[in-house]
Amino acid sequence: MTTTRRDLLTAALTTAAGAAVTAGQVRAEEPDHDHDHQAVPSDPALRAKALESVLVAKGLVDRAALDALVDTYEHRIGPRNGARVIARAWVDRAYKQRLLKNAKAAIAELGYGGVEGEQMVVVENTARIHNLVVCTLCSCYPWPVLGLPPVWYKSAAYRSRSVIDPRGVLREFGLELAADVEVRVWDSTAEVRYLVLPERPAGTEKLGETELAALVTRDAMVGVSRIVAPRKGAQA
Amino acid sequence: MNGVHDMGGMQDMGPVRPEKNEPVFHAAWEGRVFAMYWAIDGDWPGGSGRYQRELIPPAEYLRMSYYERWLTSLSELLVKSGMVTRTELETGVAQGGNTKGRHMLRVDEVAATIAAGETSARDLPVAARFHEGQRVRARNVNPMGHTRLPRYARGKLGVITRDHGAQVFNDSFVQGLGEKPQHLYSVRFAARELWGQEAAATDSVYVDLWDDHLEAA
Repeated sequence: MTTTRRDLLTAALTTAAGAAVTAGQVRAEEPDHDHDHQAVPSDPALRAKALESVLVAKGLVDRAALDALVDTYEHRIGPRNGARVIARAWVDRAYKQRLLKNAKAAIAELGYGGVEGEQMVVVENTARIHNLVVCTLCSCYPWPVLGLPPVWYKSAAYRSRSVIDPRGVLREFGLELAADVEVRVWDSTAEVRYLVLPERPAGTEKLGETELAALVTRDAMVGVSRIVAPRKGAQA
Repeated sequence: MNGVHDMGGMQDMGPVRPEKNEPVFHAAWEGRVFAMYWAIDGDWPGGSGRYQRELIPPAEYLRMSYYERWLTSLSELLVKSGMVTRTELETGVAQGGNTKGRHMLRVDEVAATIAAGETSARDLPVAARFHEGQRVRARNVNPMGHTRLPRYARGKLGVITRDHGAQVFNDSFVQGLGEKPQHLYSVRFAARELWGQEAAATDSVYVDLWDDHLEAA
């Protein structure tokens, strides 16, 4: 039965108008297993291709629009956006105040906003307070400034333990917090998206906004790491 | 529903494993699934994909990769809403057209759609039941459907630290029961209130909860 269905799919995909696959590609991407419990078919690549063919043929999605969406999140919207926001906040006191008061508006000043960032809150790390962002129920994340979340952020390990053992999780990222540092974990249970404003590292007083932005990491903006200053003499 | 997706506080899931130089998508199909999910004008309430993912049987949920869950939930929603049949999914061959007249997102609409987003905030004169600084208790409830009140916070005492204003109540909306707009708050729970005396006295967890999740304490 499984074989029959796959043969059907392969035949369909190679003949469907506009389907950008060949039988060879389909075969090549099929893992070598043959489950007989097919309530949930086991080959997502094949299922995704079948779904796309059907949706395109039915006039429900446009392939060019799908290409544009993939391109946007692979190349245009990512943590470099957030890094610019953080660097601006480090060099411009008034901007930082606006960012902490109304993150969405301040982030929009730099041209970022939209899907999965309709409401955003920025929380500030200091020498005494460390913020960490998680979504225990799902995968909520501030897309306009960080792009799509990495696998570890969506993993059961991170989602489960960040709230009960944040210090242990941070240790796995190489960050050992002193006992007197207050840890604030933000569980993104609603449609509000959280971004951490990391501490500006010492020794960066002479760096400009662009150089500072280059130091800002995605992990620091989620709160699983701190930002370190470049070594003396090293290029920022 | 007390499903496996509600995993805050579980301890046996292993170490967090960050990947160096991680690509946005690990295979082309992940990007296609992501894009289809966002492009489709689904005949269902926004956010239903997430609820649908919560309905994946626990063992399957844990086995599946993130975008496998997306693919499964999107397929289920398409079938349930009558936009696609199971036969079409299984054969990859369309047997009918866009019978429900849904909008097909055009390539020239993508950038504007992303930039616009779709806010859950509602500019309505809904009175807030609680105020900043107020002590509250998260209700001890175990609803069978979708809820944004995680198990680990239920029955626990917290303090309202911020009023986010009136918002669509996802617990209701996602199940087709209407927006039921009400105030959303950031509620601070001391780590010791949640996890006991072994937790650090300094630490806390902030959870976003709606009026219906809370009672005065």
